[in-house]
Amino acid sequence: MSRATDVVPEIGSIEPNRHGYRGFTLGSFGFNRDEYFAHVTWPKGRHMLPVDAFLRALQRDIAWGFFYGIVNFDPVVGTINHYGSVDLFAGRFNDHYRRAGLDHIERFQTPLIQRVFEAMLEDWTNAGFDPFASPQETGSAFGPKNGGNKEAITRHRVTARRMIGAPGDEPRRSDDNGFPINRHFLDVPQDEPAVRAEPGFEDEVVSFNLFAYLSRSDVTWNPSIVSVCKASLYCPTTEEYILPVIHGNDRVEWFVQLSDEIQWEVEDRETGAVRARVTMKAGDVAAMPADIRHRGFSPKRSMLLVWENASPELPGLYASGKMSPTPVQF
Amino acid sequence: MSQQTTRFGSLEHYAKGGVEVINDDARNYVFSNVFEVASRAKPFEKVAVGKNIEYVIEAIRADGTSGWRAPAQDEFALVMDGEVEIRLLKLAEPGVVPAGTKGSVALPGMPPGRKMGVVRARRGHMTLLPVGAAYQFHAAQPGVILLQTLAGADTVERWADICQTTPRPQA
Repeated sequence: MSRATDVVPEIGSIEPNRHGYRGFTLGSFGFNRDEYFAHVTWPKGRHMLPVDAFLRALQRDIAWGFFYGIVNFDPVVGTINHYGSVDLFAGRFNDHYRRAGLDHIERFQTPLIQRVFEAMLEDWTNAGFDPFASPQETGSAFGPKNGGNKEAITRHRVTARRMIGAPGDEPRRSDDNGFPINRHFLDVPQDEPAVRAEPGFEDEVVSFNLFAYLSRSDVTWNPSIVSVCKASLYCPTTEEYILPVIHGNDRVEWFVQLSDEIQWEVEDRETGAVRARVTMKAGDVAAMPADIRHRGFSPKRSMLLVWENASPELPGLYASGKMSPTPVQF
Repeated sequence: MSQQTTRFGSLEHYAKGGVEVINDDARNYVFSNVFEVASRAKPFEKVAVGKNIEYVIEAIRADGTSGWRAPAQDEFALVMDGEVEIRLLKLAEPGVVPAGTKGSVALPGMPPGRKMGVVRARRGHMTLLPVGAAYQFHAAQPGVILLQTLAGADTVERWADICQTTPRPQA
């Protein structure tokens, strides 16, 4: 792997194309869109993705700070997070591209790729389209350039430092602060726990209704931190339709299904060969090993607790083989 | 549009999914269900259902009154079923949790200290169990707590008993 590129390119073409969209480059990668598709080019190939799917994936990659490990936009294009720099690749995790020698990968300093991705997301997202929303809750991504939706693509990222609702920490959600109950969760009880703190301990006796909090989430497939136990992070999220990326793990990740049902397609991280299908219903717990990639399907909006270990040394330990890709041997 | 019904689980009513293996070993997914685990556990037994190096998620059957425990770091109790009263007490002697402790320690009876307060938590409610405090659970009816913590001396690991080991879920 060559040194990460840190030369800041011009952000996008000056003149829009005939559909009204600007083109973007990152190293030798090129990005263009028309009314239906995003077009990605690299020295040895080219690829096209439906632009709605591309924007949903791009939105997650940006919002998650390139997340843990690999964010496959689809079976060809994606990013690898090195926590300070990011690889942009085409065909790197596709067995056929690899065998044909058509894969390509380049490394960029995180602020650079973040800046270009943000500019592309802003330019290519039309008014009325919200990449974070479920398909039934947003307008179309297609067609010629039609305004923008900056408010939707620059939402605040929830990262509790101790726990939601703790003094000085991320607030609870309510109608008053702009989070109505989602249409699929109208039956979720909104009662708050009865908290009786003795004088002087008001800041330490803290409890909140996590399920009510999640019922008011206005985004899908967007894990956000609600409680922090050293490097153990609870990152629940609400899911509907299809996870817009295929997440390739660089560490073990755990899922606790809090409500309803999600089905997961699990593939080999390197080749994409199918390994298993995991069906999770309320109360089910499953690990996603460190050598897989996965994509979820949620027919109804559901609540999923994503549990992460944020210890920074983990990717190296798994990559070197010092740590088993499965969390428990029995 | 008809209103959607949100499905939560409980000790009395839960449905379980599972792993359908195509080219793998089901044990790699460490698949279990917190309600099934809690339904077969002793009261307040701390059964690990998730483990990530030193960290665990424990399924706890809340049934009656627990002993007092003190965490070595913040813990978080999420009630998955039932109603649980959580009693908190500021430790007069934080040294009852030895340096280097992971998770929490059981205390012999109610420790000396000031009462901090009480939380009555029901399904979906998450409560901070702060470091420097001791806590006790009480549930008049059986319930389930999911605890975010580190593996400690009292964490029970019986993966072969709770996890799917076959290529298809058992009917």
